[in-house]
Amino acid sequence: MSAPALRIFIADDEPPARARMKELLDDLHEACPTLVVGEAGNGLEVLERLPDSRADVLLLDIQMPGMTGLELARHLSPLEAGPAIVFVTAHDAHAVDAFELNALDYLLKPVRAARLAAALRKARHAGPPPGEALQRAQALPRANFSIVERNRIHLIPVASVVYCKAELKYVTLRTLEREFIIEEPLVSLEREFADAFLRIHRNCLVARAAISGFERAPGGSEDESHWEVLLDGVAERLPVSRRQWTAVREILGHR
Amino acid sequence: MIIKQNAYSDGLPDFRNLGVTARILVAVNLIAFGAACYAEPTLMRGLERFVSEAAFIEPALLASVIALYGLSPILASMRYLPASSVVIAVVVGIAAALAPALQPYFAPVRGWGEVVRVLVLAALIAMLVLGYLRLRTKAFSPALTEARLQALQARIRPHFLFNSLNAVLSLIRRDPKRAELALEDLADLFRVLMSDGRRFVRLADEIALLERYASIEQLRLGERLRMVWEIDGAPLDALMPPLVLQPLLENAVYHGVEPGTGIGEVTVHIEGRGQRVLVRLANPFIADQAQRPGNHMALDNLRERLELFFDAEARMNLRVADGRFEVEIEFPHVTERPTGQGDVP
Repeated sequence: MSAPALRIFIADDEPPARARMKELLDDLHEACPTLVVGEAGNGLEVLERLPDSRADVLLLDIQMPGMTGLELARHLSPLEAGPAIVFVTAHDAHAVDAFELNALDYLLKPVRAARLAAALRKARHAGPPPGEALQRAQALPRANFSIVERNRIHLIPVASVVYCKAELKYVTLRTLEREFIIEEPLVSLEREFADAFLRIHRNCLVARAAISGFERAPGGSEDESHWEVLLDGVAERLPVSRRQWTAVREILGHR
Repeated sequence: MIIKQNAYSDGLPDFRNLGVTARILVAVNLIAFGAACYAEPTLMRGLERFVSEAAFIEPALLASVIALYGLSPILASMRYLPASSVVIAVVVGIAAALAPALQPYFAPVRGWGEVVRVLVLAALIAMLVLGYLRLRTKAFSPALTEARLQALQARIRPHFLFNSLNAVLSLIRRDPKRAELALEDLADLFRVLMSDGRRFVRLADEIALLERYASIEQLRLGERLRMVWEIDGAPLDALMPPLVLQPLLENAVYHGVEPGTGIGEVTVHIEGRGQRVLVRLANPFIADQAQRPGNHMALDNLRERLELFFDAEARMNLRVADGRFEVEIEFPHVTERPTGQGDVP
C-alpha cells in the first residue's frame, strides 16, 4: 500500500526551470508519487493561487520578481495547513548559509533527482517551516505585512503603514485608510523595521516618514504634560512617553 | 537624473612614502636652481640667487610636504582630479601665508604684485611635480596594469551559469536540437570568458558574442525578455577590448528584466559616429533594487577596463530617463591595434 500522492506547487520565474522540475517529479513517480497542483512565476501569483491548491509542498525559487522567496514564505506561514517549503536557488551563498543555520530545507539548481526525492520524503512529515526560522534567515526587512482572512492572504505594504500600536495580544497597523490587526510582537517589528519605524512609546512604533512634527500636549500639571507626535494625513495624535522622548529627540535632531 | 562618471580613478602618489617625499624635494629644488641659473648671466650668480631664494622656497616646500603628509589619508580617498586640486590649493595657501611673513627679511619678494607672481609660480611648480609623479607611476607599473586588467576581466555571475545549465537540462528531452544550440552558445561564451582579456577583438566578434548571450537569456526568460537590436550602423571593423558588451547586457537583464514581473524590453544600439564608436544599452529601470546587490560594480569595473585600454579617450555615461536605465559608452574607432598590445589572432 503506497502513501497518497504528495500535492506539489512549483514557484519559479523561469518556465524552463518549472518544466525541468516537472520532468524530475515525473521520473520519481514510482518511488515518490506526486501531483503538481499549481505553478506560479512570481510571488504575488503564489500568494493568490497557493491557498486554494491545498498543496503539501511548495518548491520555491528564492530569486523571483516582485518578492524574495523568504518574504513570501513568511506571508504563507500564518495559513492554516500551509505547505512544507523546499527553497530552490541557483546560487546565493548568503541565502544558503541562512538556510543551513536555520534548518530550512533547500535544493541547488540544477537539481538532482535523488536530492529532490530526499527533500520530498522529508517534507511529507515536516509541515510548514517555523516562522521564527524564516524570520532569522531573512536578511532584509519585508516589503509587506500580511494578514490572512478566510484563507486568503492580503498584503499591506510596509510603506503605507503610519504607525503600529500594541494592544493586548495584537498589534494594530494604521494606514491612511484603515486599520489591520496582526499577531506579531511589537518588539520583533521594531527590530525588523528599525530603519522605517521609531519607537515613541512602550506600545507604539511610528513610521519615520509619516512624522510631521511634535507638540506639547495641553492641560495637566507640569508633571503630567507630555509631547505628542503629529502625523501626515492622520488627525490622531500619539503620545510620546517620557522615557522615549530623549531618544526620539536625539534621533530626529539629526534630520 | 544624470550620473556622469569621470575619466580618472587612479589616486595621487602616497605622500607618506619616503621615496615620494624625496622626489618632491629634489624636483622642486632642481626647478628652482634651473630658474635661478636661467635668470642670471653666470653660473656663480645663479648659485647665489638660488641660495638666497632658498630662504623662502625651503620653508614653503617643507611646510607643503608636512601638510601633504598630514592630509594623505583624506587625499587617498579622493578621485585624482579633486585630490590634485586640493594639493595645488594647499601649496598655494602655504606660499601665500609665508610670502608676506618673510617679506621684510628677504629680498625675493617685494610688493603685492610680487606676491601674486610667487603664488602663480608655486601653483605651476606643484602641477609640474604632480605631473611628473603621475607619469612616473604609470611608466613604472606595467605589472600593476597587467594585474588590474586580469582582475577586472569580466566575470559572469554564477547565478547565470547555473540557471542556464538548468534551462539546457530542461530542453534535452523536449527539444534536443535546441539544447545542442544552447550548449554551443554557452561554450562560445565561456571560451571568450576564459581567454586572455588583454587583447583587442573586432566589434563584429563582440556583437556575435552578445547575440549568443542574448539567446541563452531568451531561453531562460522566454517572453519576459524582449530584445531590440539597432546595430545596422555598427562599424564592424572597430577594435575594442573583449567582453565589454556582454557585461552590459548581463547587467541590463539582471537589473532590468529579471526583477520585473512584466515584459522587459532591452535595446542594444551601436553606431559609428565620425571617428568614434557609440554603444547604448537601455533597460527598464526598476527602482526597488534592494535585493540585487552589486549594482554598480560591473559598470565601475567596465569603466576602468575601458580606461586602461583607451585612457581618457573612452567615456561612459549612465542615466535614468522615462523609466529607462541607459548606459552609453563611447570609444575611438580604431582598426589597427596599437603597438605593444597583445596579439590578435
